[in-house]
Amino acid sequence: MKDTVIVDEKQLIAKEKANNPSLLKTIWREIKHDKVALGSLVLLIIILLAAYLSPLYIDQAAQHRVNFLNVWKAPSADHWLGTDDGGRDVFGQLMLGTRNSFTIGFLVTVIAGAIGLTYGLIAGFYGGKVDNILMRILEFLMVLPSLMFIIVFVVVVPNYTIATFVLIMSAFAWFGKARLIRSRALQERELDYINASKTLGTPSWKIMFFEMFPNLSSLVIVNMTLTLAGNIGLETGLTFLGFGLPAGTPSLGTLISFARTPDIVQNKWWVWLPAALLILVMMLCINYVGQAVKRASDARQRLA
Amino acid sequence: MLKFILRRTLLMIPQIILVSIIVFMLAKMMPGDALTGAFQGNPDVSQEKIEQLREKLGLNDPWYQQYGRWLANAVQGDLGQSYVHKQPVTHLLAGKVENTLLLSFFTLVVVYIIAIPLGIIAGRWTDTWADKIIVTYNYFAFATPTFVFALLMMYFFSFVLGWLPYGSSVDIKLEVGTWDYFVSRAKHLVLPVLSGALIGTYTTIQYLRNDIIDQKLKDYVKTARAKGVPERKVYTRHILRNSLLPIAAFLGLEITLLISGSIFIESIFSYPGLGFLFIQSIQTRDFSVVTALVLISSTAVIVGTMLSDIILSIVDPRIRIE
Repeated sequence: MKDTVIVDEKQLIAKEKANNPSLLKTIWREIKHDKVALGSLVLLIIILLAAYLSPLYIDQAAQHRVNFLNVWKAPSADHWLGTDDGGRDVFGQLMLGTRNSFTIGFLVTVIAGAIGLTYGLIAGFYGGKVDNILMRILEFLMVLPSLMFIIVFVVVVPNYTIATFVLIMSAFAWFGKARLIRSRALQERELDYINASKTLGTPSWKIMFFEMFPNLSSLVIVNMTLTLAGNIGLETGLTFLGFGLPAGTPSLGTLISFARTPDIVQNKWWVWLPAALLILVMMLCINYVGQAVKRASDARQRLA
Repeated sequence: MLKFILRRTLLMIPQIILVSIIVFMLAKMMPGDALTGAFQGNPDVSQEKIEQLREKLGLNDPWYQQYGRWLANAVQGDLGQSYVHKQPVTHLLAGKVENTLLLSFFTLVVVYIIAIPLGIIAGRWTDTWADKIIVTYNYFAFATPTFVFALLMMYFFSFVLGWLPYGSSVDIKLEVGTWDYFVSRAKHLVLPVLSGALIGTYTTIQYLRNDIIDQKLKDYVKTARAKGVPERKVYTRHILRNSLLPIAAFLGLEITLLISGSIFIESIFSYPGLGFLFIQSIQTRDFSVVTALVLISSTAVIVGTMLSDIILSIVDPRIRIE
């Protein structure tokens, strides 16, 4: 008698787990089903591996050395993508640049996500007056032309480093997230489990971060994945204009910025075209994966 | 109704004032002030003389006094002197405003010409091959960064194919007002407008498509069909009326996107508009022009948002009761 009970329980628990897959499992299932998203994920991983493992097969010191005998060489066996105006290997710059651009985009997304999450949670959880004030401030901040302000700050701030750049970009990237999270949080706070915790006397910050946040996590993940591409694009764009990474740091934007003179655009395409195409491909891949993640988080939209 | 418009307009004023304060603070953070560049390289004017001049012009006054004066000047149309070009800022802006306005206007027009039919087709015939193509195009429009697309467009159409010109807004040798001038102007606009528009359609198409899909399930559509209204009329008379109207209200958002997009597009095509002027001024550290441009853009965005709120309220009775 006893044995049958235990086996039944175990089977019951196993069945429950099979019927309620975790978020990661759902996302993976959705990606597998969507062939394009799967292909994008694979391609993205290949690109990222090549970029982040580049110190293993690229001589980093050589990237900074200027070799005037080598300038503007077309692609060859020595230099897969030729050389640029300083005689530096373009392929090496491409790999290092991808690493830099992706790292910065990722950092900005995470930091902006943290700020937006906290802001939205606080506004949504407390509601009422606090929400009102916070939203007014947010509305006003959203009205400012972010790009102009970022560029001005980049120029004006003393001691300009990569860290400063990341902080400036993050400072303007969190507005949309905050609004999104705040509306969800406003809905969540009406639910019973929040009221129960409040009645029990749980401190507010614990409720916000340990109870409300896990239920919003799918929203956060989807939003961060989709904005990751946008942030990488923004960083590249800013570096392209000259207001991004400090000069001399390899970045996809610096490579593309060579395309501002007609001579290079036409005759020395190997410098900027691969970088432009790579950015395009990376952002498309991130977006396809992101769309699959978005569909996975909403049961009504799932394909698998 | 009028009361609502009045109230909404009044709400705009503190926003503009707040923005102007922020822009002013930003301007103070930037190195240089009204006297920078005025006496550059002139050996007769010593440092003490410049300092005295600063006192006299009130540049060492407390910030709120300076702010008051700056705001009063700005409202009357005096935006200060350019540090680099030794001209009033308004002179520099004069020719460029027209260029940027043309670019923005045509980009908006083309965006709507492309996005609205595509959105309607995608919403009405969901899951057909047409819809799939449109959705794929939308993915691309969302994912592609504007400047990469603009660059590739310029590469293919200007360099490889040589069909369209790049750089500046019109050929130099032409007289204003002639037919050739007009044609040249139009040709120079094509690439920048197309680059901006093809990418900018994302929000409109997605919104229209989703809204139509939602509306299709509503009761009034079923009623209309039960009444025997032909399918085409169900769409034009009932569904589109509900879906299209908020698009007009998105005008404010579109203006914001146009402003930031114009910075990239004008820089790539060397199109002499406000965005290009902004980049140039930053590069030459001409901060009075920069301040003026930031002020103008922020004001434009605030006004645009207000306009779209008003349009939305006129068009959607549910919002009027506030």
